[in-house]
Amino acid sequence: MSTVVSESRAGSQPAGQKIRHSDRILLAVIGYVSLSLLALFCLLPFWLVVSSSLTDETAITMNGFSLIPSTFSVEAYRILFEFPKDMLKAYGVTISVTLIGTVLGLFLTSMTAYVLTRRDFRWRNRFSFFFFFTTLFSGGLVPWYLMIVNYLQLKDTLVVLILPMLLNVFYIIVMKSFMSSIPEAITESAKIDGAGDFRIFILLIVPLSKPALATIGLFIALAYWNDWYNALLFISKSDLMPLQYYLYRMLGNMDGMRKAMMQAGAVVNTNLPTESLKMAMTIVATGPILLAYPFIQRFFVQGLTIGAVKG
Amino acid sequence: MRQGFWGELKKYRTLLLMLTPAVLFFILFAYIPMAGIVLAFKKYSYDGGIFGSSWNGIDNFRFFFDSGDAWRVTRNTALYNIAFIIVNNVLQIFAGILLFEVAGKWFRKITQTLMFLPYFISWVVVGAIAYNLFNFDVGTVNSLLVSLGFEKSDIYNTPAYWPFILVIVSAWKALGYGSVMYLAAITSIDTEMYEAAQIDGANIFQRIFRITIPNLMPTVIILVLLAVGNIFRGDFGMFYNMVGNNGLLFSSTDVIDTYVFRSLITSNDIGMSAAAGFFQSVLGFVTIMLANFAVRKYDKDYALF
Repeated sequence: MSTVVSESRAGSQPAGQKIRHSDRILLAVIGYVSLSLLALFCLLPFWLVVSSSLTDETAITMNGFSLIPSTFSVEAYRILFEFPKDMLKAYGVTISVTLIGTVLGLFLTSMTAYVLTRRDFRWRNRFSFFFFFTTLFSGGLVPWYLMIVNYLQLKDTLVVLILPMLLNVFYIIVMKSFMSSIPEAITESAKIDGAGDFRIFILLIVPLSKPALATIGLFIALAYWNDWYNALLFISKSDLMPLQYYLYRMLGNMDGMRKAMMQAGAVVNTNLPTESLKMAMTIVATGPILLAYPFIQRFFVQGLTIGAVKG
Repeated sequence: MRQGFWGELKKYRTLLLMLTPAVLFFILFAYIPMAGIVLAFKKYSYDGGIFGSSWNGIDNFRFFFDSGDAWRVTRNTALYNIAFIIVNNVLQIFAGILLFEVAGKWFRKITQTLMFLPYFISWVVVGAIAYNLFNFDVGTVNSLLVSLGFEKSDIYNTPAYWPFILVIVSAWKALGYGSVMYLAAITSIDTEMYEAAQIDGANIFQRIFRITIPNLMPTVIILVLLAVGNIFRGDFGMFYNMVGNNGLLFSSTDVIDTYVFRSLITSNDIGMSAAAGFFQSVLGFVTIMLANFAVRKYDKDYALF
């Protein structure tokens, strides 16, 4: 029966293949054109900022920002790198917050997730719900803010940039679903050999969870690197400003920028190239992420694929 | 073999110890603030704090609703999120399918990398980019208009433009992440289905519309319903960095999150801010429950709880 069917189909193959071939070409045209346009749409805004940061200030005031620098100038970068003190300080804050936050957050996320995967832990569902419920309902911004400012007294500390973002229920769930794919027999046999729960976690589960740790770790690191919200709410000391918040302040406040430059010893304060300087600052504040992201992205793509295959 | 509560406590002591930091964290940053919603019914004073301040009934809510702000910010939040859900998902599915079907490995890699670019940058940088584009004096859009012989347009003072701008920016930032997620879902579709369709003589478009898209539906439905559950939460980072405290645009850009923030930080109106936050939490809770109910109806396995 099946041979008859396939034979009759084989008979109609040449005509069918012709149609398929032209369809392939049509799809390829649509695909290449649309994807190129979408990619361009994502790239152009960055290109604009780079180009503007490299344009002479008078050309900007005359003609506005444009895609190609009409008068090329690196003046904005020169000023920025001549007095890098504040920017470097902000870099320092962001790097320390990101490092501490990611290591600590990843450790606590995976440890919590591991306990929640242990089938022999009788209260596991109750604890899971305890964590999960916080995504359903919240007290809102005000009580949270007052808790941190009035009760924990964390305003203007480095801790406030790290602590409130340390754990995220979503990451715990992702980590937990990865860890539950690790065979239980591993834990069981280690227990028979006399290993404690914490030892099992550190020596067996952590090494087996590397892909999930890499993905979640990158998520956490990116969140810390890009954070400005906690600084907006809780930081007023200029020494503790992280990079993104520093950029935010400078973009909105050129007088402040002028002052900062003067304090740092700049004499150019009367005709500071404000517009190109804003754009140069944006580039410098984004720099490391822009350089690192093609490498990071690979891990994200892999991590997302793992999640999808597991269903 | 029952050991009683204390016996179990002893048996699980290491596991419980391992959970302690997370439990403390959520008590401090989630559960105690939940109790803090009583503030919405109080007249806040610094001496009294959250629990010691005097009650003032529903005055905070009456303020919020009588000012007309409540309707404006709720409507804006919901409409923006609906637009984001539709536009973002359609674009992401479109890009995901094309990434899957287009053969060139290098081309795929490069476009994917470029599309992922916006995902990695902070909203502050997006705000700087918006300034570059829409600024009245030196913005790119205006230089382009002038060079084409048109009048300059004062975009930062025109509320009508902003729904479009914000929808485009949202799509721009989420495109890479979403399309890769859909690409991953497409990759996991059983290849035998495609082979069978090929034998049956299906053309490439039939293949997309009859196999790829129907097989994506479970993913689409979960993602959309999860997003529906968050329909009353605005992306604060996005709205605040794109618009900031520009009161001229509030009619079309103010969402619950920016409103709550402003009442708290700028006007220091703790009672009303708490009331608006409480209103948002309750609306959010109800929609999440409804969304979960809908997912359960569709397929029990996909339900959140």
